Amino acid sequence: MSKLLTLLVASPFLGAALVALIPRNFQFVIRLIALLSTAISMALSIYLFAVFQPGFGAEVHYQHKVPWVESLGINYYVGVDGLNVGLVLMAAIVGFAATAVCWEIRERVKEFYFLLLIMTGGIIGAFASLDLFFFFVFHELALIPTFIMIGVWGRGEQKNYATFKMTLYLTLGALIALVGLIALYLQSGAKTFDIVALTKHVRANPIGLGTQHLIFPWLLFGFGILVSLWPFHTWAPIGYGAAPTATAMLHAGVLKKFGLYGLIRIAIPLLPDAAQSWMNIIAVLCLGNILFVGWVAMRQKDLNLLIGNSSVAHMGFVFLGIASFNLIGLTGAVVVMVAHGFLAALTFALSGYLYNKGGQLTLSEMGGYLKRMPFVGAVLVMAMMAGCGLPGFANFVGELMVFFSAFKKFPVATALALWGALVIGAIYMLRAIRSILHGPAPEGHPGLIDAGAIEPDSWMPAAIFHWGWRKLPFALLLSALLLFGFYPGLLTEKAKHSAQQILDVAARVPEKPVTPPRPPPNMRKQASTNPGR
Amino acid sequence: MNLSLMRLELAVIGLGIAILLADLWTPERWKRQLGYLAAASLLVVLAASFWMRLPAEGVAYAFDKMFVLDALALFFKRLFLLAAILVLIMSVEFADRIQSGISEYYSLILFALSGMMFAASTNDFILFFVALELITVTFYVLTSFQRGQVQSLEAGIKYLILGALASAFMVYGIALVSGLARTTNFDGIAAAAKGLSAKPVFVAGLLLILVGLAFKIAAFPLQIWAPDVYQGAPAPTTAFLAVGSKAAGFVLLLRFLFNAIPEVTPDWTRLLLMVAGVTILYGNLCAIPQRNLKRLLGYSSIAHAGYLLLGIAAMNAAGSSAILFYLAGYLFTVLAAFTVICIVLRGLESDDVVAVAGLHQRSPFLAGAMALAMISLAGIPPLAGFFGKFLLFKAALERGAAQPAFYWLAGIAIVGVVISFYYYLGIVRAIYWSSPTPEGQPLRLSLVTRVSLVVCMAGMIYLGVFPNDAVNLALEAVKTLRFAS
Repeated sequence: MSKLLTLLVASPFLGAALVALIPRNFQFVIRLIALLSTAISMALSIYLFAVFQPGFGAEVHYQHKVPWVESLGINYYVGVDGLNVGLVLMAAIVGFAATAVCWEIRERVKEFYFLLLIMTGGIIGAFASLDLFFFFVFHELALIPTFIMIGVWGRGEQKNYATFKMTLYLTLGALIALVGLIALYLQSGAKTFDIVALTKHVRANPIGLGTQHLIFPWLLFGFGILVSLWPFHTWAPIGYGAAPTATAMLHAGVLKKFGLYGLIRIAIPLLPDAAQSWMNIIAVLCLGNILFVGWVAMRQKDLNLLIGNSSVAHMGFVFLGIASFNLIGLTGAVVVMVAHGFLAALTFALSGYLYNKGGQLTLSEMGGYLKRMPFVGAVLVMAMMAGCGLPGFANFVGELMVFFSAFKKFPVATALALWGALVIGAIYMLRAIRSILHGPAPEGHPGLIDAGAIEPDSWMPAAIFHWGWRKLPFALLLSALLLFGFYPGLLTEKAKHSAQQILDVAARVPEKPVTPPRPPPNMRKQASTNPGR
Repeated sequence: MNLSLMRLELAVIGLGIAILLADLWTPERWKRQLGYLAAASLLVVLAASFWMRLPAEGVAYAFDKMFVLDALALFFKRLFLLAAILVLIMSVEFADRIQSGISEYYSLILFALSGMMFAASTNDFILFFVALELITVTFYVLTSFQRGQVQSLEAGIKYLILGALASAFMVYGIALVSGLARTTNFDGIAAAAKGLSAKPVFVAGLLLILVGLAFKIAAFPLQIWAPDVYQGAPAPTTAFLAVGSKAAGFVLLLRFLFNAIPEVTPDWTRLLLMVAGVTILYGNLCAIPQRNLKRLLGYSSIAHAGYLLLGIAAMNAAGSSAILFYLAGYLFTVLAAFTVICIVLRGLESDDVVAVAGLHQRSPFLAGAMALAMISLAGIPPLAGFFGKFLLFKAALERGAAQPAFYWLAGIAIVGVVISFYYYLGIVRAIYWSSPTPEGQPLRLSLVTRVSLVVCMAGMIYLGVFPNDAVNLALEAVKTLRFAS
């Protein structure tokens, strides 16, 4: 039992409690506390990721279990295995980056950081949680902060409509998933919400086929709405378009992955037969994401709506990986989840920066930004290329694994998805780059300065700090994309053991006795499951 | 004649009489503070209730088994006492809007409280009816207490006429049932019901009693009185009505269905499901266009009665303990909301939602309390309202395996909750990002009211985050109910 994960999860909440106590005038102190608490979470998650041995993948480590409501079998249970260690890392890094880009929030700073910290703590807790009840509750902690943040600090005339649509739609998805989770708890006969214990129990006494078919749709569509599965995706672009930068980063980057993680962790192992029979439908619906929403993204004239639709489209790849139901596919799905988390956070951070400096995000009105903002422009180019699936970035790795794994089972769907990913994705991404960055430099617009640009006559140490600090969130997210792009083994070696275990559970392979952890395999010599290297 | 079992009720009645007498000797400007005196004394009674020990069997009887003291009764008595304390503090805050007779207001609250406490302990139709009437009649007067305002009098008259009609139905039903069973005692009726359940007259009598109870909890089709009465009555009365009267209705319903006629109740599953479903939809749909704060909360309380009926329809220990937990959370939530309404509506002509607009600027504390209450009512984690709904869903889905109709009801409940998000979050929106109303007066808040709001907020958060103790208490309390499976 280790308290490390609890500290990781609790740090933002403690930060929120501190922020609530500080008088609202001390804006600098509030911001400092927020940054520190998310930085602690980030540092701990990096440490956790670094020491996590790949051979550990299938078992849960750094567990912390506290009985919560004994009569119902609810425990506070956090732990990491190969599946969620990458997601916790991504959540913590994006949380820190989101807190760091909030420099434009000037009014009601205290409430903003309070809500932001609660949201961050909630999503980290959701990924770390191994109990169905806490899994759900941690995710729902983000609901009201989102509602208030979009309403108070959001942009555009449609923000009221956007915030209500998003909140109500997400609530509908969450409640449908809740009914599915409760039904799962009741039908499994295990009298506990503990995911690990449930998986063990169901492995020994599987749930009846009819009951599985009754419960699985609830989970699929409930989680699907949360992940903006087509056709339940309409809340996402408008919601992200109206949200302030930090909220959009956390939502599109991290919160969306919650439903997918739920499907992989809960729905597939516990309802394997129903899951397999629904895979065809999932493959068709994910095409709706990739092709239909990709097409919609191509037509967008506003950068935020374009990125919002593109992030919905990318979810299709994860669904395709899940639908393929084999080791490469599931591992690829995990890689896409982590990669897209960083990507979505990065693109929304960039668009937030551009909105702040330029005042608007209409593609036709922007142009020639690369000359005025070399750093931000360069990062934007790299982010857009990553979105297209350029090798060198983590998205390429994940998408390649997904396509390789899905081709055997769904050749037509995979071919269409490839087309959607490469052609359609390239069209809107490259078009966006051309509209925003190239062309004649804009006249006037004194606000268009680069991130961390040094003002003349400023005190040198402060200027240097400012130069580095303003670039840090973008650099952090970009380097994560590059790191996992060039060295994906860091992620896949950990995830594949958990993915294999989930597939074993789904295939009714009897449980093997626990083997002691193998020494970390030599990366270069081992036959890699990742054809991308 | 085991009077010592009733010492809590006797203390409350004595306190009510004492307040009335104290009014004679209290100077005019101190009369308001009698409310604090009453609240403090009730706090002593509440503490004393924790010293009451049940005998080894867990049940004690008095008055020829008319009055029963068990864990269920104690749970509800404590709930009512807590509600009354918070309502009394609210009424002191409200006292400037009552022209005269503030001490009678306090005493009536105390007498209504005693009626609720008797209702929690009923084991006999006579006590059932007397307790119910004690509550209802005191509420007729409490509703129309603002004699200078037409809407208050109108609400009182509506409540009186419809309430009298419902009581008439109920008394007729009681007469039929007791006549056939030859006893008014619940244990006797349970024994006789096995033989009588085929007789249409018996079943008709039971249904008539159900009609009377449905009026009390404001369930479809007897919910029409609720929005008008909630809107017209003074805010503390509405608060006590929303919490105390509803909880009293539910404890009576629990005792009636599961102590008096446990064998007959399973036949009514379909009926209860339909009533629950329609109540949920009616309450939520009608609340959408509401602009009046108290009326909105009236419709929302109809919806909450619907959710609670889910727990009744489940007919198992999980469902009934869920009802108890939900009512405990509901208490803190609704009393917080009404305390804020009480303060915010001071000096304003209308009760429009505009009154809370921009509350975050005028008073962040009140804004936080109201927002927390709305969020808990909507059922968002980690607050008490969510865990209550979670328990109710779980109880309903437990039955879903055997009867698919429960899945349909879960679906309707989901639709209801999503609809309710719209109007609850609409209030949160008004609080946090609408511009403040120009004619609002500065918000004065006494220390005691502040403390009571903190208690409510702490209660909401505690029940939501650490529900273990409350859940165990609730499970313990429903052991005396009999569920025929």
